[in-house]
Amino acid sequence: MKAVKVLERVLMTIPVMLGVVIMVFMFMRLIPGDPVDIMMGDMVGISEVEMESMRRDLNLDKPVLVQLWLFLTDILRGDLGDSYVKKLPVSTLIFEHVPATVELALGALLSGLALAVPIGIISAVKQHSLIDRVGMAGAFLGISMPAFWLGLVLMLVFSVRLGVLPVQGRIDQTIELTKVTGFYVLDSILTGNGAALVSALRHLILPSITLGATLAAIVARVLRSSLVEILRADYITLARAKGQIEFLVVMKHALRNALIPSVTVIGLQVGSLLGGNMIVEKIFSWPGLGRLVVSAIFNRDFPLVQASVMTYALIFVMANLIVDILYTYLNPKITL
Amino acid sequence: MTGEVTTLGNGLYLLGIRLGLLGRGLMEFLRELKDHPSAMMGGIIVLAYVLIAFLAPYLAPHDPEIGNPHLSLTPPAWTAKGNPAYLLGADFQGRDLLSRIIFGSRISLVVGVLSVLLSVVIGTTMGCIAGYYRGWVDSFLSRVADLLLAWPFLIFAIAMMAFLGPGILNLIAALAFKCWVEFFRLSRGEVLVEKTKEYVEAAKAVGQPNLIIIASEIFPNIFHSTMVLATLRMGYMIIMEASLSFLGLGVPPHIPAWGAMVSDGRDFMFVAWWISTLPGLAILILVLSINFFGEGLRDILDPRLKIE
Repeated sequence: MKAVKVLERVLMTIPVMLGVVIMVFMFMRLIPGDPVDIMMGDMVGISEVEMESMRRDLNLDKPVLVQLWLFLTDILRGDLGDSYVKKLPVSTLIFEHVPATVELALGALLSGLALAVPIGIISAVKQHSLIDRVGMAGAFLGISMPAFWLGLVLMLVFSVRLGVLPVQGRIDQTIELTKVTGFYVLDSILTGNGAALVSALRHLILPSITLGATLAAIVARVLRSSLVEILRADYITLARAKGQIEFLVVMKHALRNALIPSVTVIGLQVGSLLGGNMIVEKIFSWPGLGRLVVSAIFNRDFPLVQASVMTYALIFVMANLIVDILYTYLNPKITL
Repeated sequence: MTGEVTTLGNGLYLLGIRLGLLGRGLMEFLRELKDHPSAMMGGIIVLAYVLIAFLAPYLAPHDPEIGNPHLSLTPPAWTAKGNPAYLLGADFQGRDLLSRIIFGSRISLVVGVLSVLLSVVIGTTMGCIAGYYRGWVDSFLSRVADLLLAWPFLIFAIAMMAFLGPGILNLIAALAFKCWVEFFRLSRGEVLVEKTKEYVEAAKAVGQPNLIIIASEIFPNIFHSTMVLATLRMGYMIIMEASLSFLGLGVPPHIPAWGAMVSDGRDFMFVAWWISTLPGLAILILVLSINFFGEGLRDILDPRLKIE
């Protein structure tokens, strides 16, 4: 039964992705003016013949519905066009950059939760204590702080002043790592390369904290408030009355239910993690999708921009799917 | 003829009562604000930022856009090599950092306020119409809202700016293009509840036109929650504006904007920490103050919205 529901939910992502693809397509056509003129606007030495052939390549000489059909069938065949600037298939470029972005997002998720969950629990259990006040003040600061600024301050302190962590990149230039999946941490474990693992993890620390800080702040606040409420519930009093030690009351009885709102919030924040990625990748020169798309925007490399936006949407839809499925396991009362 | 005069008289009378109530409400609000010191502090700091933005040409000690190459990377005045005329130091092009931060407040506040205002106007109008009339208008607008909400905000704004190009109006449009959805959802939900109340029935019974009912009967009742959400979103919009400027997708480069200033200083982190950190601090303090004020406003006006 559950498997059927999960399958249904997976199939439901198809119309959503179709909507995204159509929106990206419309975006290109709705901007005033001819896309080729706009793309080639600042380039010198492009002849009218070349512009004409480019229009043909982009199918711009055909009716809009035909264009949409060709666009959709090209995507299904995995043909996203070629990058104007890098002269490579867009799909190759995207595949190269996605692992870095996902690795960073996962790092941010883990470090954010590692920070938020203990703060949320201690603040709720020791309500109005000094730890609670400091923790919640920190969380308030976290939601009011621009991520790029936090990243630069962390870099200034830990890389420039103290010199304990690397400034940029994913791994030391001197270390050789055989690429298997493109995820450096995973690759170094798979190939048994200890030096690479240490270097990759050290490079991940600052970007992950920068990206995960807002998430940590929001989750800590939500977790605290839901836990405070649940600790007042009758079944918690009962558990205490039965002589259960306080640690188990909180960790076993209360936390499981208190985590549900947090999972919802994490699901909603996945989008911000992906968006924030673009900022953090710029600060730490992280070679991911975010840097690719920002440079593509500046180069007016439209096929690459289109494809990157669609990739972001795909990752986003997939992440939401995973959160939804996780949700049902955490709370069997909720159905997909 | 007499009927029209009476209607006009009544209208003016009602308007007088509304204004009186508004004035009294404001006084009451200010009294309650005294019990929320953090909100009051936030409000005062925001007010100070607004004043600074207005008086920027009189307050800034130097021209924010013209630099002196001899003063390139001058450190802040309190450090050993500082120059007292350049309190917060100078950037790579020798432009006074304090003057640039003062002028930068204009972009952040203008974009923050106008993008939220535009979102409120569009979102609340659409939300009231959808919630009041229901039917296909509601279904259509709600689907559009769902579609927009399914997109990460920053990626959306970046894509918009990529297509529109830099500029302050484009920035406001890109930010409001998605933010209105939140006001749409809020007002639609509130109107659905308000619509079933007796005062709306009464207004219908005396034959008031629907649009008048929405504007003069329902809207005043959803105004508080709209205000609270607007304040809480303003800080977020300012961070989004700064993020876009940081990526170089904000206003044209010669105009001082805090996000762009942080980005400019990135290349000089090893030699001149102040170029990036100080404009960032200006953003942090402003957003923190707005959020403190917003949370206080919420506690006073609309405690239902509180998560705790």
